[in-house]
Parts: sequence; C-alpha cells; structure tokens
Amino acid sequence: MTDARYDLAPGDIPSEEIQAWAPSGALIYTIGLLVALILTATSFWVANTSLLWPGGVGLGLAVLAVAQMGIHLVFFLHMTTGPDSTNNILALAFGLLIVFVVVAGTMWIMADMNQNMMMPPAAAMSMGIPR
Amino acid sequence: MNLLGRLDWSAIPLHEPIIMGATALMGLIVVAVLGFITMKGAWLYLWREWLTSVDHKRIGVMYCVLALVMLLRGFSDAIMMRAQQAVAAGGAQGYLPPEHFDQIFSAHGTIMIFFMAMPFVVGLMNFAVPLQLGIRDVAFPTLNSVSFWLTASGALLINVSLAIGEFSKAGWWGYPPLSELQYSPGVGVDYYLWSLQISGLGTLLAGINFVTTILKMRAPGMSYMRMPVFCWTALATNLLIVAAFPVLTAVLAMLLLDRYLGFHFFTNDGGGNQMLYANLFWVWGHPEVYILVLPAFGVFSEVIATFSGKPLFGYRSMVAATMAICVLSFLVWLHHFFTMGASANVNGFFGVMSMIIALPTGVKIYNWLFTMYGGRVRFSVPVLWSVGFMVTFVIGGMTGVLQAVPPADFQLHNSVFLIAHFHNVIIGGVVFGAMAGYNYWFPKAFGFKLDERWGKAAFWGWFIGFYLAFMPLYLLGLMGMTRRMQHYDDLAWRPWLVLAMIGTVIILGGIVCQIIQLVVSIRARDKLRVTADPWNGRTLEWATASPPPAWNFAFAPNVSGRDAFWTSKRREQSKQDKPGSVRAYEPIEMPKNNPTGFVSAFFAVVFGFAMIWHIWWMAGLGLLGALVTLLAFAFRRHTEFEVPAEQIARFERAQQAGAAA
Amino acid sequence: MNVAVAIDSVPQAALPSASEAGPAPKRIVVAYGFWIFLLSDIVMFAALFASYAVLVRATAGGPAGAQLFNQRTVAIETACLLVSSYTCGLMSLAISSRNRLGVYLGALVTFVLGATFLALEIREFASMIAIGATPERSAFLSAFFTLVGCHGLHVTLGLIWLVVMMVQVAVMGFVTSVQHRLLCFSLFWHALDIVWVGIFTVVYLMGVSP
Repeated sequence: MTDARYDLAPGDIPSEEIQAWAPSGALIYTIGLLVALILTATSFWVANTSLLWPGGVGLGLAVLAVAQMGIHLVFFLHMTTGPDSTNNILALAFGLLIVFVVVAGTMWIMADMNQNMMMPPAAAMSMGIPR
Repeated sequence: MNLLGRLDWSAIPLHEPIIMGATALMGLIVVAVLGFITMKGAWLYLWREWLTSVDHKRIGVMYCVLALVMLLRGFSDAIMMRAQQAVAAGGAQGYLPPEHFDQIFSAHGTIMIFFMAMPFVVGLMNFAVPLQLGIRDVAFPTLNSVSFWLTASGALLINVSLAIGEFSKAGWWGYPPLSELQYSPGVGVDYYLWSLQISGLGTLLAGINFVTTILKMRAPGMSYMRMPVFCWTALATNLLIVAAFPVLTAVLAMLLLDRYLGFHFFTNDGGGNQMLYANLFWVWGHPEVYILVLPAFGVFSEVIATFSGKPLFGYRSMVAATMAICVLSFLVWLHHFFTMGASANVNGFFGVMSMIIALPTGVKIYNWLFTMYGGRVRFSVPVLWSVGFMVTFVIGGMTGVLQAVPPADFQLHNSVFLIAHFHNVIIGGVVFGAMAGYNYWFPKAFGFKLDERWGKAAFWGWFIGFYLAFMPLYLLGLMGMTRRMQHYDDLAWRPWLVLAMIGTVIILGGIVCQIIQLVVSIRARDKLRVTADPWNGRTLEWATASPPPAWNFAFAPNVSGRDAFWTSKRREQSKQDKPGSVRAYEPIEMPKNNPTGFVSAFFAVVFGFAMIWHIWWMAGLGLLGALVTLLAFAFRRHTEFEVPAEQIARFERAQQAGAAA
Repeated sequence: MNVAVAIDSVPQAALPSASEAGPAPKRIVVAYGFWIFLLSDIVMFAALFASYAVLVRATAGGPAGAQLFNQRTVAIETACLLVSSYTCGLMSLAISSRNRLGVYLGALVTFVLGATFLALEIREFASMIAIGATPERSAFLSAFFTLVGCHGLHVTLGLIWLVVMMVQVAVMGFVTSVQHRLLCFSLFWHALDIVWVGIFTVVYLMGVSP
C-alpha cells in the first residue's frame, strides 16, 4: 500500500506483489509460533540438562535466544532483507550495535575495574567479586 | 501523614541573602514579563499562536528563547564562581560558603548543558530542518510541542529550586555516593534528577521525531546525497539522541530507586557499585557532547558556503565524517574516567579511540577552509562566529587529544585544565555555532535582520572574553589547581584567576551587546526588513517568504540536485521566467494547534514537584492528569484544518508585489 | 482503497525510488517513528541488562537467583507471552480485513494471556518479598526487580493501551488513525516478547543453570 518503490512500514504485512510465494498471513504467524515454542523448550532443556558441557551452556542459551528473537522479527514483524525493508533493517542494525556496545562495553569495563579494586575479603564477597 | 510531604516554610532559604536576592530578581522579571503581556492584551494571541502551536517554526523560536533566558541564569552562576575564586585566596573565604558554592557549580553545569545548549541546538534544528527539506512540518507536530514543553518544565523545576528548597551539591553528573540519600538527604539531588528525567523524555521524543522526519519526509527529488549538510548533521545528532538518552533515563532511574525505595545500585552497602553509575552516565555523556556540537558543525557548513558564494567543499567527505563521528562517539566514553581504576588495556583502547575521533572533525575543518579558499567571502556576523569557531575549536580539540593519552590525563584529570578544554570546545564550538545560526536564521524567522554593528561587538566581546577567561585555566591546571575549589591556599594562582574574572566580565559585555542588538533591531525593524533571500542563500529555506507562511511552501519544491535553491535561482535567471505562468494553487491541510503539549507539561511539573517533596497524592494526580491529557489527544476527531487555495494565492501575490517593489 | 489496487498493478520499477518520491505515506511515517521509539526503549533495557550483568553476583550475603527462581512459573509466563504475541498477530490480520469480531476476539485473548503473565509475575515478586528477598536486600535483587519489573510495567501499559484501542475501535471504527495506532500496538507487543526472550534467558535460565 505504497506509491513509491521499496518502502514498507515496520511490522506491516508486505503486499502480495512483493512476496509472490507468500503463504497466507495466518500460516506465517503459526509457523513462527511453532518454531519459537520449540526453541523455547530447547532453551529450558539446555539450562537444566547435565548432558552438555557446563561451559557451553551459556553460549548455547545465548544462541537460542538470538534465534528466538530472529523468529519474532521475521515471522511476527515481517522484517525481511528485501529492498522495501532497508530503512527498517538499518535502524534495527543501529539499535543492535548500540545495545552491543553498551552491554559488552559495560561488562568489560566493570569487570576490569572490579579486578583492580583491592578490597578486603568481606566487602568483596558482598559485591560478588570472586577472589 | 503530612499533607504536604516534607514541604514546609523552612524550604524557603530566608537566611541566605544572596539566594533571596536572586529569587527576588527572578520574581521581579517574571512579574514584569507577565505584566507586559497583560498590558498589551496579548494573552489570547500568545495562547492561540505560540503556547498551543504545533508549528515547527514557532516551537523552534520558543526553544531558542528558553535557551537565551537560561544562558543568563547559567552565566550569572559563572560570574559568581569567578568572583569567588578571584578573592578566596590564601586564608580568605570569599563571599560564598561551600554549601552555596557547591550548588552554584552544580547548577551552572546542569543549566548550561541541559537548558541552554540543548534547547538552542534543538531549536535551530526545529526551525531550519523542515524548511531545508522542503516540507511543511515535522513527522509528529503535536509530539514536537510536547517535547518543547517538557524541556521547559525541567527548566522551570530548576528555577523553582532557587526559591523553594535547594539544588544539588553533587555536580552536574551527580556521582554516588555523594548523591545518595545518606550524603545528600535534602531535596537538591531530587530536583536535579526529576528535572532531567522530565526534560530527557522531551529530548528523546524530539530525537524520534527528527530521525523519522529526515529519513521519511523529504521534498520530491531530494535523495540523501542532495540533502543540505545541516540536515545530515541533524540526522546524526538525533540518531545519537535516540541511542544515548535512554541510557541516561535508566541510570538516573536507578539512582532515584536508590534514593526513594532504598535500592542498592550505587550505595556503599548491600553490594552497590558506584563505578557502574560513572560508567553508564558517561555512556550517555560522551554522545551528549556530540549531540551538542554536530548541529553547530552543520550551521558552519551552511554559513561558510553561503557567505563564500561557493558550494561546500567535499560534500561527500562531510557526510562520511558526520556519520563516522556519530558511530565513533559511542566508543570513547571511558576517557571521562581514565583515572578511576581501569587497567591499561581498557584505558589504552579508549585512549586510541578518543584520538581517532579527532580525525573526522579535522576533515571537516579542512573542508570549511577549502570552501572559503577561492570564494568571495563576505565577513558578516555569522562568518565572524564561524572563523572564531575554527580557531578556538582547533585549540580546544588539540587539548582534548592531549588528554586522550591516559598517562597525560592522570596529571590533568579534574584539574582546571580539563575545565578549560571543555569550555574551549563547548563555547568555541556549540555556543559560537548557536550564535552564528541565530544571526543567520533570525531574518528568516522574523522578517528583519539583526543589527550588524552590535552583532560584531557581541562577537568580539565573546571572543576576547573567552580567551582571557579560559587560557589562564590551562596554565593553572598545569600548576596543579583542581576544579570546583571554593577557596585555595596557593597565592601564585590568584593573578590568573583575577585575569579569568576580567575575561568573564568581557564576555558579559558581549552578552549585553547581544541584548542591545536585539532591542535595537526590533525598534529599527522597518529599516532592517528583508525579502525571502537576504544572504543570497543556497538552500530551500531561502526560497520562501521571511517569515514563512504556516504552510512553508505553496508547492512542494521539486529538487534535482544539491544546493536546491541555488540551482533553481541559476535556472530562473537563464530561463527568464514569465510571472504570469502560475500553477493553480491547491488547498493545504495543516495540523491544528492544540494544548496537549502545554497541558501535559503542566502535569509533568506538578508530578515532578510532588515527587521531590514527597507529596504522594499530588504526584498521583499529576500522573492521572497526564494520562487524561493523552486520552483527550487520542480521541480528538478534528486534527487538521484546511488552508483555502484563495488564502495561499493572496499570500503569494503579496509576496511577489513586495519583491517587485 | 482503489488507489492501492491501481498502484499495485504498476510494476515497481516504474515508480520513483522511495528516497526521491517525496514524503512517505502517513502509515509508513507513523510506524517508522514508533519503530525508532522501540529501538530507544530497547537501548534503555540494554542499560538495565548491563547493570544486572554487573550486579548479578552482588548478593550481599543474601539469596541468589538459583535459590529464588521457579522455572515452572517462568515457563508458563513465557508460554503466555509467546502465545499472546501470536494472537496479536492474528488480531493484525483481522484488522487488515476489517473483521470487527476477529479484532475483539484477538484482543481479548491477547489481553487475558498478558494479564495472566502479569499475575504470575506479581505473585512471584510477592513471594520473594515475603521471604525477605526484597530489592532493598542486595544490589542483585535491586537489579533483578528493576529489570524484570520494568518489563512488567511495559506489559501493564500495553494492556491499558489495548483496552483504550478497543474502545477506539468501538467508538471511531477503523479510521486511519486507529489503524496506525493498532499497527504501533502490535509492534510494541511483539517487541515486549523479544525483550522477554532476553530476560528469561539471561536472568532465569542462566541464573539457575549449574
């Protein structure tokens, strides 16, 4: 529903013209729901199982979380890499960059600083800094 | 339960003569202004045309008025500090006790950054961006009005803190543990926190508004690489606002939770971590200074190109440099706390990034210089501010890169060398840019120019005054003087501080010249009247009347290249347009003025004041009022009105008649 | 909307590129603005996540996540929110086909699932406070309550918004402003589920895993 080439509102269902092969709308949502449920169940299993190496559990959970977020973006929010989503994807990419910088930067800096603060054992324990 | 929370008569600082004097002066000015408006019978006009306006031009002007008023408030803090430091040497205590001095430097920083610099640049962007993009208004006009009024609410709360209660003594960053309840039990820090949360929300909404406007609403034919550079810098600025202000909201909210509900984010006990505050604050704080300076860079690009009579040199590299600054500004924040415990790896990374970020700015400086080279430069007032900026900002930038070297910063951190550096870049960059933009766009906004002579006098006052006020601080920093000193023992520092005081007085002279400039220009406005294009401009805002009609352009301009207006002027001259050939005017739909912004700000002030003084029922009412205002807005039936084609035709005919005369 | 039909029959290549076509249609402008707002909201959550990550072990001698979190409750909450996202999607489909009954039904189910999520979360908070695991106990608990509570606050505001939107549909019908706001609501609701994926993974699952 646009009179210019390659522009789509974020979250909007793309017009049939662009998605020639598109299944009906309800099917897209249903596929998304089922895949997301599977991934969620897998996350819960990964967190509780003893079958996996403990060091890999964190990474596994992170990957599964990213996958679930991706499912939401593609199946519920209709974010595609098509030319009509460019602005929307660029905005998302910018947001993700900022999130990464803020979270990773903060964790790196704070871990580094906590390491350098030579604290008496009791205080260190209350702040959760491992000796 | 006390009906008025912790508010009682002792909140008014009757025992502090200086504060009571300042309050009385402020009250007098407010009464005078209100009385003047009443005398002129202008209340209805003011309400209908300005307070409820959703027109970006009007909102832009109001932002700039707020900024200029708060400049006076922030500057009086500055002159008080300089006076104190000029006398409080050896054993002398000066005239400001420490509790008062601490509030002054806290208020000075908070006001200058949040209520002078921010509103000024946001106001200039508000006014100019839609005109430069060739459109009628921003994406969300009512939201624009809400943004302005929320900012004004924050400013109001800070001014109220002068008369009722006190202000924060914890500096403009509010580091814990000093800003925690244990060490700041009074209302000062709460005034600081609520004022910033409210105005921060306004700023964030403005950021969303402008990103959407610039990316989704430009005149037909105006692709990205045909946008004026000021719009590119506005885009980068607003992307930074959208990315950085949420972090400020989060970190101030965490401090509020500590103070109000006894949480332990940053407390001494319970596992709190004070460095987390510093870290998150500066994650916002560094992008903030680029939010301030990027629009100034944009102003200089416009001014220098226009008054050199040449297209801007290196458009593409300007765009690349702007977007590079946008991204890089998020990767340097630790340089604000090199000395606070990080290891060499961390310090090294952020030190290198801080040096890298100087490069795109250097590219811009060279582009401006090459624009002027070979052009016929007219030394108007905006150009004076621009040249002054180039000299001053380069010096400030160099002292910045110097401090980006962590070992050097260990000597200079929190000395007055740092004070000199950031005033160097903020005054030389942001203030000079704002003044250039103010003089440049004033004729477009009001239809008459500002007086040239008083404008030049104002520039020289600021320029000379700045160097006298701040160059001594570089020396003093190297001599070991720390910042925020209410008194000091080393008498060798005193002569330099007296010199700084003199410089400040000269800046005051510059400010007085600006006030005189405004008064003189208003009184002589008939002689100073201008047409649409007083400067022989290059961009679309000069293609419409001065001041522009509410609808900006009768027809959406069709853009085929950069410097859209310049190109169409050239084409007109060679084609010799026949004045008779006009397209038929069509009616234009414009958004209706509405009081949503003003009313929601009223409830924001009620809420903020109530939270500060712990008047819980009043806070609840404030929130409820804001919700009701939002609902009233949501259920509006008639949101637009139509400007009839006849009215547009009449306006255009009058313009052509005036231009021919 | 005959205009849409006429335009859809024009091959895309014949139309001007979006960056040069002039101001975008209002639907795109409104949704894009809301998308930018959502990204800013996610940055705010990122700051809260970062604080949680820094303070997660600062238990000050008090209880840690492993002692407090009930995985069954979290699983039910997750399922509720995920399915509510699905029903919100179905509601969006009903809006495009102007199916009033479908819209009200989709909104009702979404609301019930969202309210269930909220009720479970409030019950969890209450039980934690009852055993002394209050946010005033330690920095870890402050960070936990703030992060998860902020998400819960967003869900609450979303539910209020949904009710207001249904009133608007009833009173004003499917006028364009209502359609735009419903599009923004569905963006908001899906984004909340995305944030919840982050929360249940980082806070609960990583909190209880050995």
